[in-house]
Amino acid sequence: MSQLPAGRRETWITGIGLVSSLGDGLEANWDALCSGRVNIDLEKYAPWMIHPLAPVNLDSQIPKKSDQRQMEAWQRIGTYAAGLALDSAGIKDDKEILALTDMIVAAGGGERDLDVDAAILTARADARSGALNERLMNDLRPTLFLAQLSNLLAGNISIVHGVSGSSRTFMGEEAAGVDAVRIAWAKIASGQSEVALVGAAHNGERKEMLMLYECGGFNLKKDFASVWSRNGGGFALGSGGVFLVFESRPHAERRGAKPFARLVNVVSGHSSRAAPGGVESNLGGLWASLGVTENATAIYTAATGAAVATGEEAAFLSAHGDVPVRAVGTSFGHLSEAQFPLALALASLSVSRGALVPPNDTSGRETEIDVMPAQIVAVSVGHWRGEGMALIEAVS
Amino acid sequence: MTTLLETGLASTKLRSAKTTMRDGHNRPIVVVTGMGVITSLGEGKTENWAKLTAGESGIGTIRRFSTHGLKTRIAGTIDFVEVKPFSSTTLAERLADIVIEEAVGQSGIGRKGDFPGPLFLGLAPVEVEWPQREEIARASGEAGCIDYDILLRTSGGGRFTQVHARYMFGSVADHLCETFGTKGSPISVSTACASGATAIQLGVEAIRREETDAALCVATDGSVNAEAMVRFSLLSALSTHNDDPRSASKPFSKNRQGFVMAEGAGALVLESLEAAQSRGAEILGVIVGCGEIADTFHRTRPKPDGVPIADCIRNALADASMTFDQIDYINAHGTSTPENDKMEYLGAAAVFGDHARKIPVSSNKSMIGHTLSAAGIIEAVFTLLTLEHQRIPPTINYDVPDPAIPFDVVPNTARDARVATGMSNSFGFGGQNVSLIIRREPG
Repeated sequence: MSQLPAGRRETWITGIGLVSSLGDGLEANWDALCSGRVNIDLEKYAPWMIHPLAPVNLDSQIPKKSDQRQMEAWQRIGTYAAGLALDSAGIKDDKEILALTDMIVAAGGGERDLDVDAAILTARADARSGALNERLMNDLRPTLFLAQLSNLLAGNISIVHGVSGSSRTFMGEEAAGVDAVRIAWAKIASGQSEVALVGAAHNGERKEMLMLYECGGFNLKKDFASVWSRNGGGFALGSGGVFLVFESRPHAERRGAKPFARLVNVVSGHSSRAAPGGVESNLGGLWASLGVTENATAIYTAATGAAVATGEEAAFLSAHGDVPVRAVGTSFGHLSEAQFPLALALASLSVSRGALVPPNDTSGRETEIDVMPAQIVAVSVGHWRGEGMALIEAVS
Repeated sequence: MTTLLETGLASTKLRSAKTTMRDGHNRPIVVVTGMGVITSLGEGKTENWAKLTAGESGIGTIRRFSTHGLKTRIAGTIDFVEVKPFSSTTLAERLADIVIEEAVGQSGIGRKGDFPGPLFLGLAPVEVEWPQREEIARASGEAGCIDYDILLRTSGGGRFTQVHARYMFGSVADHLCETFGTKGSPISVSTACASGATAIQLGVEAIRREETDAALCVATDGSVNAEAMVRFSLLSALSTHNDDPRSASKPFSKNRQGFVMAEGAGALVLESLEAAQSRGAEILGVIVGCGEIADTFHRTRPKPDGVPIADCIRNALADASMTFDQIDYINAHGTSTPENDKMEYLGAAAVFGDHARKIPVSSNKSMIGHTLSAAGIIEAVFTLLTLEHQRIPPTINYDVPDPAIPFDVVPNTARDARVATGMSNSFGFGGQNVSLIIRREPG
């Protein structure tokens, strides 16, 4: 067992909920990864491309249609995945534990009504004349706001699943996913919390988000390739929800929970992207502070394929060339806030199954392994800001 | 000899002091050493406190944009801080700059651009706003129909990189982190109308975990724009008392009919008592307890029996190792909506019993309106000022008492009082509940 950070107690990952473009649930996703399948739609938004959500039976986790109707897609995906995670941890209907469960959700905003936006723009109903107000007052659905508020994914999880210990929503793209994991871990490891539900959801089929990333030049267009072979071409947005249950070891043992992995340490940082080499240098610092056993580690990275971010991450990885690497973005696309939880979920699954998923890369960055390493590090480099890492290992 | 003696004394002092550096749960005591605030009443603690205790209202008719066709035409806007071109996110960022300058300046911590701890930022959700959307539409050159396919085709090529950078959710925290030199990954949090209180709570927890000796907690909101007003309006949450803006926000009154949207920001420098004392900082107050709980009842309405609010208050008392009779004052969430104010009384009464009718309870929102994501921290600053000045700001516009809410609301006029400990409550859409307990003196 690795050395825990000073004064910290053991944290276990006891539940994983995952739904994605590759499938619904852990088995379906694992099988798809093992077969090298990628679900990407190259036509619908051409020249842009997205990974659409696999078919999902929402009723199994969100039984009331009235609840489903109150949500937009990103909330339904997230609430569904949260339910899977609680099921996986075996606490789905345990009211006593759910009342103590601390929730941290990483979220952006919800879907806009694109038809209303288009009608307003077409009518040139601008703000100065007041015409914008009239259109908004008449055309917006009153409840749409509740599907747009960032903290209403957490709100829906509280309502549908009864998670009520606490509810916090972190915002800030990829970094929000990293810090949600870090704070939930730190609270448990320090004794401030016993059990936490952490995760995020993303709907890749949103033209308003494609537009925002297009403004920054981050959308992958034309040729699909692994994140290592995009030459800074960016990302294809992905769809999915990822939630994890963290527990203090004593709490998990008391109820006989079986862990996927031990969460040893989580670190995050904020490098200035103004100076070349800032990301690479920050990753070096985070790696050094993580407590990694270099020759016994693999990496699951949330790499985006964005120009500076993934370029500098690749340089960092080359400096640790013996560490086997898997990038989740090639198979799943980019899930923003959910991308780091996704990398951590797959790392945990790999630890519990004693195998890495096969390489999905023709650049030579991802290679087959002979011996399963004892540890895995999940890595995130946000497309615009934020870096983070988490170290996990098997509970023997 | 003298030197030796002094050294000996110092170490004895240090040892005896050590025992009082931790709270009843053996955690580092967390103190406030700097505060900053801006609201529609003005900029800074001095101006705000003077107007707040004089019972002045910052609510007025909206002049920043056309309110034609809106049901509500009043708000607590901050028009004395100009942002061009206007963007709610940019205004929020500018307000945060101002309050951090004030808080860090008062605290004297660190060096300029080098704050020795992490940033926790309460922030409204960020999204592309209408002027930017219209700009992209215009740039398309299309004279007829505009849809997102056209916007998408127009937005690339590097012409709108600033739109991406501005409307990243992390953009405000990124700017503040770079400007003030906070350490580590800055965290932006949204718990709706409790965001400001959650930002404080995150800072308190980080210091209690002994990850850091200091934290910069900020919350800011510049949300008064047409679409945000329409959204709240469509949920029937806003007062439509347009003809007399200053009396529109009437928390706990029988004739209350909704909240008044408002802008503002607040900042607190938090430090461990030990770190603050060792650098000789003035201690402005102590965050002794934080409580929270998520309501599972409804997306916008609290559970009708008020139990989650009561449990939230109980959690805060337990965290502070205190009993309800030790609370001298409640700075209420008091939004002036029919639902919130009633539930807040029910929740408080469940914990405080008969004491709930005796304890002074006032709502700053009667004067500054509902500053949404910033409310929790602005009202924590005002609670700290209440402790400092031993004077309770009033609930103004209280002319028609609601018999269902028999709080002592400190009606219309500020009141001098002995206040050692105050509680500040924040409740938000999505079942968010946070209560903070704040003392003037450590121990």
